[in-house]
Amino acid sequence: MAQTSLPLAPVKEPSEWKNWLGVSPFFLFAIMFIALPSLYLVQGSFFNQEGQFTLQNYLDLFTNPTIVSAYKLSIQISAATAFGGGVFGFLLAYAITIGGLPRGLRSLLITFSGVASNFAGVPLAFAFIATLGRRGFVTLFLKDALSLDIYRAGFDLYTFWGLCAIYMFFQFPLMVLIMVPALDGLKREWREAAENLGASGLQYWTRIAMPILLPSILGSMILLFGNAFGAYATAYALTGGRLGIVTIQIGAQIRGDVLHNPGLGYAMAMGMVIIMAVSLAFYSWLQKISERWLR
Amino acid sequence: MKQSSTGRRFSLWSWVWFIIGTIYFLVPLYATVRHSLRMERDVIGFKAYESAFADNNFWETFLLSNMLAAATIIASIILIVPTAYWIRLRLPQARRITEFITLLPFVIPAIILVFGLIRIYSVPIGIPFTEIKLFQPLTTTHFGTYILITAGYMVLAMPYMYRSVDTGMRTVDIRTLTEAAQSLGAGWFTIIARVILPNIRSALLSGALLTFAIVVGEVTLASFLGVDAFGPYLFLLGQHRAYEPAALSFVTFLMTWLAMGLIQLVTGGQGQAAGSH
Repeated sequence: MAQTSLPLAPVKEPSEWKNWLGVSPFFLFAIMFIALPSLYLVQGSFFNQEGQFTLQNYLDLFTNPTIVSAYKLSIQISAATAFGGGVFGFLLAYAITIGGLPRGLRSLLITFSGVASNFAGVPLAFAFIATLGRRGFVTLFLKDALSLDIYRAGFDLYTFWGLCAIYMFFQFPLMVLIMVPALDGLKREWREAAENLGASGLQYWTRIAMPILLPSILGSMILLFGNAFGAYATAYALTGGRLGIVTIQIGAQIRGDVLHNPGLGYAMAMGMVIIMAVSLAFYSWLQKISERWLR
Repeated sequence: MKQSSTGRRFSLWSWVWFIIGTIYFLVPLYATVRHSLRMERDVIGFKAYESAFADNNFWETFLLSNMLAAATIIASIILIVPTAYWIRLRLPQARRITEFITLLPFVIPAIILVFGLIRIYSVPIGIPFTEIKLFQPLTTTHFGTYILITAGYMVLAMPYMYRSVDTGMRTVDIRTLTEAAQSLGAGWFTIIARVILPNIRSALLSGALLTFAIVVGEVTLASFLGVDAFGPYLFLLGQHRAYEPAALSFVTFLMTWLAMGLIQLVTGGQGQAAGSH
C-alpha cells in the first residue's frame, strides 16, 4: 500500500504514555475478541485430556484419518479454485484493461465482480442448486438440448467438483478486483520501448510484462487460496456437513466433541490458522516485490 | 499494419473471456430467478416471493440481522475512527502494530473465531489466577449473545472498516483541521464528531456498506452462537422448502448489488471484496 501519509512528526511530550491511552480501547477490544479467543485455542492445543502438556495433538493431526483427509480435501479445493479462478480472473482483468474492450464494460464488470465476490454463503449455495443441482436449470438444459446427462457422466454438485464450481463464482471475481489495478500499472512506455527495440508482442509479454506481473499474480492466487480455505458457510449450506473439508470438521467439533479429544480439535483449528498465516505472509512478501514496478 | 492486426486478435480473445465470465455470472442468477418464479404449476408468478414475505419469521430474523449490522457499523466507527485519528495525529509508532491487528481476521477465519469466542465467553469471566469473577457468561443471555456476536462481526469487518477509515483520513489534512478546531476552542469529542467524521463520510459510508454486506447474510457466527438471524433462517428454510429459498437468495443478491453499487458511487473507485464465504 502506498505510504503517502503526511509527515506527522510525533509531538514530543514528556508523557508519551498518555498518547497510548488514546488507542487503549482499540487494543482492549483486540485483546478481548481476537487475542484471548485465539490464545485459548493455542493453549488448549498443547494439553491432553488429562490436563498435561503435550505435543501429541499436533502429531495426531498427521495420523488421524478424518483430519488428514479433511486437510487434503480443503487444500485440493482451495488450490484448484485458486489456480482456476486466478487464471480466468487474470484473463478477464486483462480483457477489460488492456484487451481493447469498450470502456463501459470495464466498470460494469468491476461492479459485478464486487457483488459476486461478496455474494457467498447460503444464497450462493442455493443459486447453484438451482443451476447445477439434479433438477437444476443447466443440468436439465444440457440433458434436453444436448442429451448430455452430467450426473450420469460423473458430475455431482455435492462433491469436490461441485464445490469447486461454486467457489469459482467468488474466486475469479476477487482475482479481477485485485488484478485490474496491477494491469493498470503496466506503463505504456514499457510496451513502446520494447516495440521500438524490435520486440514482438510475444516477446514483450514473456520478457517484460509477465516478469513484472508474476509476483502479483502468484500473490493474488495465494490470497484466493486462503479465501477458499477459510470458507465454511457455502459448503455447509450445500452439503449440510457431509463434505468433510477442514472448516466443516471444525464446525462438527464445536457442536460436539466428534474427535473425542478437545485438544486435537484445537490443534486442528491451529493448523488452519498456521496455513492461513503462511499464505498471508507469502502474499505480503510477493506484494512487496511487485510494488517495485507496479504502484 | 501489424499493430492493428494483433490489436484485433487481442480484442477477439478479450470478448471471448468477457462472454464466458458474463455467462458464469448470469446463469446462476437466471436459474435462481427462474426457479423462484415457478412455485405454482404451469404458471410463472411471484407466489414464492409472496409466501416468503408472508412468513413472520422472515421479517423477525431479517430485522434482527439489520439491527446487528447497524450495531456493528456504529460500534466499529466509535472504536476505529478515534483510533485511526489518534495514530495519525499523535502516535505514528502504533501504526504498524495496529495494521497488523486489523489484518488478523484474514488469518483467523470466522469458524475459528467463533470456536474461540464460544470457549472463552460461555464460562464466567474472571481475573486470571484468581477466583474473582468479573461477569457472567455472555452466551447465557440474549443480550450477552448479541454483544458477543456484534463484537465478532466487528472483528470480521475490521480489515475493511479500518482500511476505509485510514484511506479516508489520508486525503484530509487532519492536523490542520485539528489545530483549526482547537484554536476555536473545540474539545476532542467535538473535533472527532463534528470535524473529522464529516470529512471522511464517503470512506465511512463505503466501510459501512461493506460491513452491512458481510453481516446481513452471515451464517457461521450466527448459527454457532444460536442467534436467530437471517442467515441461519435462510439455511433452515432451504431444508424444507423448495421455492422460497430461491426467492430470498435472489433478494439477497439484489441487496448485495445495491450495497456494492452504492460503494462504487461514493468512492468512484475499484470496489472491494470481503465476504463470509
